[in-house]
Amino acid sequence: MKAITDIKVGESLEQVQLSPVTRLDLIKYAGASGDFNPIHTIDEDASNAGLPGIIAHGMWTMGNLAKLFTPYVEDGFIEDYAIRFRNMVFIGDVLTLQAVLHKEEEHKREFKVAAVNEKGQEVVNGTVVFSLYEAEIAG
Amino acid sequence: MFKELIGKRSAPLKNVIESGAVKRFAEAIHDPAPIYIDEEAGKASRYGRNIAPPTFPVTLDYGVIEELVLPAKGLIHGEQKFHYKRPLLVGEEVYGVTAIKNYYERTGSFGKMGFLVIERQGTDAQGELIYTEEQIIIINEAARKGMPV
Repeated sequence: MKAITDIKVGESLEQVQLSPVTRLDLIKYAGASGDFNPIHTIDEDASNAGLPGIIAHGMWTMGNLAKLFTPYVEDGFIEDYAIRFRNMVFIGDVLTLQAVLHKEEEHKREFKVAAVNEKGQEVVNGTVVFSLYEAEIAG
Repeated sequence: MFKELIGKRSAPLKNVIESGAVKRFAEAIHDPAPIYIDEEAGKASRYGRNIAPPTFPVTLDYGVIEELVLPAKGLIHGEQKFHYKRPLLVGEEVYGVTAIKNYYERTGSFGKMGFLVIERQGTDAQGELIYTEEQIIIINEAARKGMPV
């Protein structure tokens, strides 16, 4: 794995493809997050809300996307994480997580991030500003 | 009616960042990294303990704004932001508070939509800010009309 300080503007972190979204994924997220809105877990409620099926919590996708930065926890931390929810995520969707370095300042790295479904649509997108600890900049 | 709520705040509530809750959350977002779930890895890290994933603050308690009543249906989570001063540590106490930051309406192809901006903050036991969270909730006109007044 490349050091985060060696990544150049325009280059990507290693992308991650998630396994197809399952109902159990969303049940687990509901339990772990406390968000029990039934449009995320129960077909009938999703259908009553006018949806073709249950949809993933936006925060489930946003939570998954942040893992691209977990390998770098010793180098710095996510200072800003801003996401727009663009498209719904359904059971069976296969998401790919992406981060491209957009801007570089002394101790900050701004990435454009997105989760993209199997049709190539961005389901969420936004930015991560990763703040580097002092030693990493000197090194 | 949401406009009148701008500036309303909750009374702060104490949370403790509990290791089991962090572990379940890390697993639920498919990120069970040692820094989040393994005590020894936490001790060996620069933080000296485990930390929580960046989106974990959504699970915490921020108190309630009594006047804020949201419709049960027709809400869309439009945007979400976190701003951190430092990572959130497992075992620490966090005081959560929430406030209505803004409300505005826009007319688009789906009719008139309301945008409610809710801010939440986590502060440590010394009163230092750890993070600020902002969410934009989109409320469609049909949902607003169906609300009890």
